[in-house]
Amino acid sequence: MTSILTNLFDGVAYGMLLFVLACGLAVTLGLMNFVNLAHGAFAMAGGYVCMVLVNRMGWPFFAALPLAFVSSAAIGIVLERTLYRHLYARSHLDQVLFTIGLTFMSVAAVDYIQGSSRVFINLPAALQGQFDVFGVGIGRYRLMIIVICGLLTIGLQMVLAKTRFGSRLRAAVDDPRAASGLGINVPQVFAFTFAFGCGLAGLGGALSAEILGLDPYFPLKFMIYFLIVVTVGGSSSITGPFLASLLLGIGDVAGKYYVPKMGPFVIYTMMIVILIWRPNGLFGRTAAR
Amino acid sequence: MSASSDVGYHAQRKARWHYGEAAFWLIVLACGFVFPTRYLIMTDILRLALFAMSLDLILGYAGIVSLGHAAFFGVGAYAAGLLALHGIINEPVLALVVAGLVAMVLGFATSFLVIRGVDLTRLMVTLGIALLLEALAERFSNITGGTDGLQGIEMQPIFSEIPFDMFGKTGFFYSLAVLFLLFLFARRVVHSPFGLSLRAIKNNPLRAAAIGIPVNRRLIAIYTLAAFYAGIAGALFTQTTAIASLDVFSFERSADLMLVLVIGGTGYLYGGLIGAVLFRMLQELFSTITPQYWQFWIGLVLVVIVLVGRQRLHRWMLYVPNLVIRQIAGRKAVVAVPESDA
Repeated sequence: MTSILTNLFDGVAYGMLLFVLACGLAVTLGLMNFVNLAHGAFAMAGGYVCMVLVNRMGWPFFAALPLAFVSSAAIGIVLERTLYRHLYARSHLDQVLFTIGLTFMSVAAVDYIQGSSRVFINLPAALQGQFDVFGVGIGRYRLMIIVICGLLTIGLQMVLAKTRFGSRLRAAVDDPRAASGLGINVPQVFAFTFAFGCGLAGLGGALSAEILGLDPYFPLKFMIYFLIVVTVGGSSSITGPFLASLLLGIGDVAGKYYVPKMGPFVIYTMMIVILIWRPNGLFGRTAAR
Repeated sequence: MSASSDVGYHAQRKARWHYGEAAFWLIVLACGFVFPTRYLIMTDILRLALFAMSLDLILGYAGIVSLGHAAFFGVGAYAAGLLALHGIINEPVLALVVAGLVAMVLGFATSFLVIRGVDLTRLMVTLGIALLLEALAERFSNITGGTDGLQGIEMQPIFSEIPFDMFGKTGFFYSLAVLFLLFLFARRVVHSPFGLSLRAIKNNPLRAAAIGIPVNRRLIAIYTLAAFYAGIAGALFTQTTAIASLDVFSFERSADLMLVLVIGGTGYLYGGLIGAVLFRMLQELFSTITPQYWQFWIGLVLVVIVLVGRQRLHRWMLYVPNLVIRQIAGRKAVVAVPESDA
């Protein structure tokens, strides 16, 4: 019984992490209809920035996290303004080729700068180990992830639903032409959203070094997970990707624990079945746009 | 463009063999005699060319974007490896065909998943299938050898007459013969009414359906055929290198394949062949400059190709050949820019 709860807890932490990593992609891919396979590269960038700051320069972990966000967002906005925006109107094939190219470049570049082995971020002592709550082992680090990611999710939902920027973004996504006719600067909204999504990925990358493992192949290894979250979750709101990440996280942790031999088999099968059953995602809108 | 009778005329004219094509194949054959020390890399290029041609059939002609074409390559490779390893079918040509058929069955089965949904779903489903197969191959390591791959494969002589030699000479000519035969067939297919209907589907599925083309059935047929080609390419890989390992399913293989096709151009069959040569040469060049980081430059090539625009790039590349043809033959250029891309 307690092992089930511990697994559930780990799964929730894992899922929350996936959500923070992938929710930027939910916007670019789900809402802006841009296939960005290089999303993991931004996460990796954040992770490595955090690692360098903490391990090499002795910054405290919690001070390095915002910087991971900022640096990934900065890279994101530079790339968006210089490269990505030329490709919004292109075919999916072009977008796939372009972002695969970017991914390959990022993998080789990080390999060149930091070496190909897995890196670890030195965590403060307060985050290590675990404590028991009614016999259920709760990892401190995972608890922190759940708290941070939970707050972020609530914040995102509030921003999207309540603020002026949120309504602008929703309008721009629903109908870019009508939105720009109403005086909304659509490219600017998209650029800002893209950068913010990249920043979140960077933050997720920094947080995930401990759990998912951080090495130069990160963007390739976890590409499929991000894509699963978005395609299964659909794109109508951020609730869909959120539930999909939780499902994926819990499913993956439980799968690895209870049927270790089946490996990732369960998840891929689930993804294919769901996509066949509901091509627009589990929580997506039913009418294709 | 013009009246409907012209369409048939143009289609027939395009389907005729040109001198350039004959010259191309003669050059390829000549390479086998001119560079006797380079059989291994040339065989590698032929395999890649066949694999790329397979992707061209679905991407260039039917407009299906696949990120997991390595699935069929891998199935073909393992099928050929297992057939040879357990001595089920010793004759390589027969084993090749059987391996291709196995991949074809898989292609047929998965085509129903692929024809559903739009580009994005297709991307995900094809990628998912390849990853699924990789996971399966790893899981059933008692059959596939797991991460070590299939080892100790010994190939019997072709038609029980011609043995494989250690320099790869037999392998080269064997691969070339297979590639040429399959090319002839593919050429026949894409210039047939069937091939033309595929182009119609690619350009506008809705309109194609409206003029009475059974869209889904055509897509299933070409997808199955492409799977057969990819399976043959995979089987050739196993037969000429005598190994089959998990990386036959890898995402990088599918991604590289896209690059091959993009370098060569889609939708005129030679794209895969030319692309395979250029890609391997690029790869060799980059890995001599930076052995460990050649992937960076490959990625850069992809990014540049997309940013410049594939069509523009091909117009530039074909500019010189067309100029030469126009000067010498004194007629309209025959080396055409491939049709609008997927």
